[in-house]
This record gives sequence, structure tokens and C-alpha cells, in this order.
Amino acid sequence: MNLTLHLWRQKNAHDKGHMETYKAEGISPDMSFLEMLDTVNEKLMQNGLDPIAFDHDCREGICGACSLTINGIPHGPEKQTTICQLHMRKFKDGDTIYVEPWRARAFPVIKDLVTDRSAFDRIIQAGGFVSAHTGGVPDANAIPIGKVEADKAMDFAACIGCGACVAACKNSSAMLFVGAKISQLAHLPQGQPERKQRAINMVARMDAEGFGSCTNLYECEAVCPKGISVSGIARMNRDLLKATLTHVEGTASAG
Amino acid sequence: MTLDSKIPSGPLSGKWDSYRFDMKLINPSNKRKYHVLVVGTGLAGASAAASLAELGYGVDAFFYQDSARRAHSIAAQGGINAAKNYPNDGDSIYRLFYDTIKGGDFRSREANVYRLAQVSNNIIDQCVAQGVPFAREYGGYLDNRSFGGAQVSRTFYARGQTGQQLLLGAYSALMRQAGQGTVTLHPRTEMLDIVMIDGHARGIVTRDLVTGKIQSWAGDAVVLATGGYTNVFFLSTNAIACNVTASYRAYKRGAAFANPCYTQIHPTCIPVSGDHQSKLTLMSESLRNDGRIWVPKNKGETRPPNQIPEEDRDYYLERKYPSFGNLTPRDISSRNAKMVCDEGRGVGASGYGVNLDFRDSIKRLGKHVIQERYGNLFEMYERITDENPYEVPMRIYPAAHYAMGGLWVDYNLMSTIPGLHILGEANFSDHGANRLGASALMQGLADGYFIIPYTIGNYFATAKQPKITTDHPEFRKVEAEVGERTKKLLGLNGKRTVASIHRELGNILWEGCGMARNAAGLKKALERIPGLREEFWQNAIVTGEGEGLNIALERAGRVGDFLEFAELLCYDALERNESCGGHFREEYQTPEGEAKRDDENYAHVSAWEYTGVGNTPILHKEPLVFENVKLQTRSYK
Repeated sequence: MNLTLHLWRQKNAHDKGHMETYKAEGISPDMSFLEMLDTVNEKLMQNGLDPIAFDHDCREGICGACSLTINGIPHGPEKQTTICQLHMRKFKDGDTIYVEPWRARAFPVIKDLVTDRSAFDRIIQAGGFVSAHTGGVPDANAIPIGKVEADKAMDFAACIGCGACVAACKNSSAMLFVGAKISQLAHLPQGQPERKQRAINMVARMDAEGFGSCTNLYECEAVCPKGISVSGIARMNRDLLKATLTHVEGTASAG
Repeated sequence: MTLDSKIPSGPLSGKWDSYRFDMKLINPSNKRKYHVLVVGTGLAGASAAASLAELGYGVDAFFYQDSARRAHSIAAQGGINAAKNYPNDGDSIYRLFYDTIKGGDFRSREANVYRLAQVSNNIIDQCVAQGVPFAREYGGYLDNRSFGGAQVSRTFYARGQTGQQLLLGAYSALMRQAGQGTVTLHPRTEMLDIVMIDGHARGIVTRDLVTGKIQSWAGDAVVLATGGYTNVFFLSTNAIACNVTASYRAYKRGAAFANPCYTQIHPTCIPVSGDHQSKLTLMSESLRNDGRIWVPKNKGETRPPNQIPEEDRDYYLERKYPSFGNLTPRDISSRNAKMVCDEGRGVGASGYGVNLDFRDSIKRLGKHVIQERYGNLFEMYERITDENPYEVPMRIYPAAHYAMGGLWVDYNLMSTIPGLHILGEANFSDHGANRLGASALMQGLADGYFIIPYTIGNYFATAKQPKITTDHPEFRKVEAEVGERTKKLLGLNGKRTVASIHRELGNILWEGCGMARNAAGLKKALERIPGLREEFWQNAIVTGEGEGLNIALERAGRVGDFLEFAELLCYDALERNESCGGHFREEYQTPEGEAKRDDENYAHVSAWEYTGVGNTPILHKEPLVFENVKLQTRSYK
């Protein structure tokens, strides 16, 4: 296959950045999208040019590092598929493909297609945990958890923290990400003691990081490679409302 | 160099308890005076960093990824073992211990493995308390499944994403500490060297991957939890950036490297489809619970798999190993797959593949049950191969997956460099010559949650080293060396990309030191590696500058170390004149083609001491003493 790529190049955080055109030639349909970019990079380096920087690591769709917007869609056209698991057989010979980084104020570009997503770590630091220090916990079977509830917790726990939800949202809202963590722990007895404080702290951190609000377009759910449901956002809002009305401990760290 | 394993005396089951009492403690208010540098935030690193910070130590955590949550532990699929005996099927701490020793082909330390089995149960408790959503039964209790090398069901799992869920648990504990300011995170930071002062590890030198800044960090102890080295094969199931650099730098500074030839080739991976591939993808071993492995009985079979009748199929694992069947350990499954393919009975375009067939279990259990158990794996398979495994058998083939070898550690998880502790896959300690499925997660978390928090205190209390800062001249010296090497790499302006050199190195090793090895092949590999290394330093291309994000430079640094490490791997494989576990020397096999150990001459750990690039390293031996287990020929028939 031969393809034309229009690709975002940006030297560093201070550079303005621009689109540049590349030819990808002799591409096998069995290649993943990132392997296609690898071959473009090999050519660039052979010509002494700076390769295109993009985040990636496991290439199995689980680490959440890869983060490309393909033809305007985060992670590209395939449903529930990270860009590392998207294969070139989904494109046609002669296609023109636009490749951009995540676009969001809270995810500034570091270089080319690499963005800084540390805001997600800081949101988890604000309350995305159970304060269970190592040791001193009961036997794993001491608290039964019904299969249905445990499965629901798992559905939300599947989030890989890639940030596609933010990139897809016109307001750059992080509510699918935050709602997923809040919902995972809300479905488990272990998450109950800190539930209200968690909602208050995580949402406050999310707002402080510059993420926008939800306007119920569900673009986040549509691009989520793990199929996280927007019902998590509703739960986040319910927990936050309940917490602000009934919780008196204030906004001190839940830890 | 002396190898003192510091294994406590006394009966096996009481060693860890009495040792914990004998270890010196640091009182709570003094803990904050000690500072630990943790490199790597996978299961071992994240659990260690969080647990040490909870105790009151100051912790800095370094990792090359943009977030601690992305370490490659995240990709572990199948599960984690523990001796809970919840299914009432005869499990016990002793049985988990015995299975692990036997699975490792009697090449690991009894005391370490027994301790691992002991703390396995605490790990499950800890993870559940953190909110890890393990699979459960309708009654609300935890579910278990079986894995290779065991006849009990002791594997806890969270769909096909157990590693992800355990890592996110450890990550959440780490984030909690970071939020409280007890851990400082250093994302996108790569460790490039260790700093030694008065013979102790006292700091590290790192490169900030975003700014390019080379910087020193001082501490009272260094903990490396930097994973395995299987990417030396180029194609492996590891993440793209997994590397040997941190371990190899420590080795160059005097840490012994143990059993590097014990590499695990995982039997269930998606076969190689072409030379464009950047990595191989694992299909969890848990699939072998319900999938049956077979190849056609006859060479040159042309019918599609679903049209081959029962009598023309060879379920070779069930035939040869009736008591373990499709759940024989990884080394044996891999080798048998290679054997049937070498006979010309392999499937797929390349002929290097075997069928993993779910037809019978779909018939028995229904598609929905299989979907619930393995749905995400089936989807992943279909995405990569464009074939639907509910309808046609999966095709699988072995691929390089895990390193049992690693830096040598004593019972305290300390290397031969005082103060330098090694956790998880990066150390050599618990899996012998072959790791059983679902044991890597167990070991990583055991080391990080339940072992290092005790043993590091004992080190501080007994080593009594003076306080130092990065003003010490040794830091300037190592910084200068790191800067020099970086400059040298950036000066490479040849014709060949680093990736193509790495690929060639992988081919050399896969041929000479892969699933089956022999002296002639290893000698040939040892002849070819120095030439390739020479070519790297003469003819590689490294573009860009030292300042700022430079992916070409990062990769070149890692491949540069692989090109030296590969020789060590081959030396070890050549010296070990026996077959054991993942190390299969063709000269040493039984008439049936099974591994033939030599307990008289090789019941020891081979720990190698660095003597300079291209020089033969010095071999030190730590004898393995078996007081409880009788050495036997491993049989899964």
C-alpha cells in the first residue's frame, strides 16, 4: 500500500507547530498503524532527519501510552481499538491520512505527537485510591462482593488512562476518566468509607487542571478504546452532589 | 567477589519469621532521615515505593514512561498465584513452594521460594483491600482458575487483565503517597548509571527524556525494579522500550549477573507474520484451560483446520503428557511446539504455528462462557490476524517473554553491591530455570510489598553509612561519563538505523541462543556479536541533539547495552553444559527429547562478574542446597 500522511510536527512545547506531508510507501496491510509510522521514521533517519516522536510502549492496547488522532478521531476509525491495535488493512491503498496529537489545553504538546498527560496522575493523587496501607488488611474473602457488582467495578476499572475521552470532547472534559475511577470504587465495599471525599477532591482537581465540563454529546464513550460507559459520569455527578450536600469534612486530602 | 546468600538457618517454614525478628529495626521517627531511590514503577517498583513511603522513608521514583501506570506489568493477562486453597483442592504453602521449585527445574533457592509462597496470600488480601476487582463467583467469593505446571486451581484473575488491575492497585497506592508528598515522581526519566561511594550504592545519574538534562540523585539506598531483558531478542512480548540498561549499568559497576541464559519462551503467542513486526503479542496461558493444542498428524496437510477429522489430528501435549495435558509448563509446551513444526507439521503460512482450538469447549460450555472468560483476548487476536477464533482455531507459536535470570541478590534482595537492591523480574531469585504462569505478578508484589520494606531497614541499621549529597565528587565523575557516552552516541552518523542493528542482534540470538541451543551455535553467536557491536559504533545513525526529546538517542543507548549484554547471555548458555527449564542444550537430552539436567555439576547459580567490554566475564558459583526437596527428573507425564 502507498499512503499520503499529513502529520503534526512540533519541535518542542514552545514551537508553534505545523502539518507536514510524508509518503508512506510499500506498507503491508498486516502492519499496525504504529509499525507503519516506524517505517516512515526509518526512512527519515536514513536521510539524517529527525524521526516523528509519538508515545507508545506495550503495543497490545493496554498501557495507554499511544495517543494519536487519525482523521480527526482519537485512536482512529475502529471501535474500541487503540491506535497500536489498528491495522493498515483498515485503510485503502492511496488513502490520505491526517495524524495529530491529542488536542486539549490540559494536555500540552511536548514534541510532535507527544503530549503531557500528567494531569491525570494528579487527579488520581487527589483521591483515586483506597487508603489501605500495606499490611493489616482482612482476608480477601472476608467481605463477599456479588459477582454483578464486581463485574461492574471491573467494567470501569478497565480504563487505560489514555486520554482519548478528553481529546474527543469539544470542551476537553475529563469526566469519563474521573467518572470511571469513582464508579469502580463506588461499586466495591472497600471504596465506601472515602466515597464522598473522593468525589469532592477528584472533581476539584479535575477543574483546577483546566478540563472542561460535560455537555452530554457522548463523544468520549464513542472513542473510548475500552468502552467505558458514560453512566460513570452520571454517578460522578450524583456522588458529588450528595457529597457537597451531606459531607462536612471539607476538602482536606482523603489520605 | 563473594556470594553470601545470607539464608537464615533453621527449619524452612520458620526461616522468614525468625529472620524478621532478628533483623534490626529503624524507629519511626528515624525513618524519615533515610532516602531511597526507586527505579521502575511496575508491580515491584510501585509497590516498593508506596510501601516504603508509608513506613516513613523518603522516596524518589524514576521511570521512563510518562506515567507510573504504564509500566509493562500492565500487560500481564492471566493471573496471580496464591496458596489460599479457597477451592479446597489440596493447595497449601508447601505445595505452591514445591510446584515453583519443580517448575523451575530445581535451579532456585528453597528459602526464597518458600518465603514467596508464604507471602502470596497476603498479596491477594492487600489487592482486594485496594479495590482490585478480581473475578468472583455468584456467592461473592473469589474465583480461581488453573495455570500451567499445577494440578490445583490457585490463580486469581481479573478477566484477561490481571496485570493491569494489580498494577493500577499498586499505582493508586503510589499516587496516594505522591499526593501526600512522601514520594517524588520523576516521569520520562531514564536511569543511566549508578554512583558508588566507599563501595556502597549511593545514587544514580539520570537523563530527563524531555529536556535532555543529565542529573545526579543521592540516597541511602538504590532499588532497581527495572524488569527483564527479553527485548535483547528484538521480537518479544515485552513493551517496545523495555531494556537492560539499568541492570547492565549496575553489572558494569560490580553487581553480579546471575543465570542470564534462563530466558522464558512463552508457548502461546501470535506467530510472526512478516519482517515489519515490531513486537510479538502474547495470548494468555489461561487459554490453555479451555483450548486444545494440536497439529495435523501428517506432513503436508492442506485441508483447512475445521475439515480435518479427529483421527488426523495430533493433540501432542495430551498424548505425551496425559496428566498435565495442555497445561504442561511453558518450557515444555514451547519446545514441543518447536519439535512438531521442525517435523514439518506446523500450520499457517510460515509453517511455524500450532492450533489452539476452542471448538470442544464452545460445544461443552457454550460460546457465552468462553466469551466471558477470554473475550478481550479473542478480540485482540482477531484485530491482529483478521481471523475469528470462535470459528477457526487460533494459531500460536512460542516467543521470547520473560527473563528468569537477572542481577544476583541475597535473601535480603540485595545485590553484590551493598545498598543496591533488586526487585521483581530484574533479579534472578525465585523462578529457577523456568517460571510458572501467574508467578511473575506474585513475585513482583511479594518483593515490593512484603520483603523490601523489612530488609531495607536492616540494611540501614547495619550499614551505617555517612550522609552524602550530590556535591560528592563521585557524582561529577559519573555524570561526565554519562555525558561522554551520550555525546558519542549523538556523533554516530553512519548508514544503518539502530532498529535494523537491533533486529539483526535478535536474529543472531534467536538462532544461536533461542528455544534450543548447542555449543556450536553459541560459539557462532559469540563470534558474530562483537562484529555487530563494532558496526553499531561505526555505522549506526543517531539523529538529533542531546537537548530535548530524542527518540533516536534513547533507542541507541538501550541497543548499545543489549549489544554488550548479548555476549553475557551466550557465555552463560555455553558454560551451562546441561538442559534445565528454559535453557535447553540439544546435546543434553533424554531419548524422548526431554531436558537432561546435570545435578552433580550444575546445581548452582552462575553469577558473572564484569571484566570489560568484549572480555570473558568471571564466573562465580553459588551452590544450591536442597534440604527439603528431593531432586528429581521433572515429569509431567
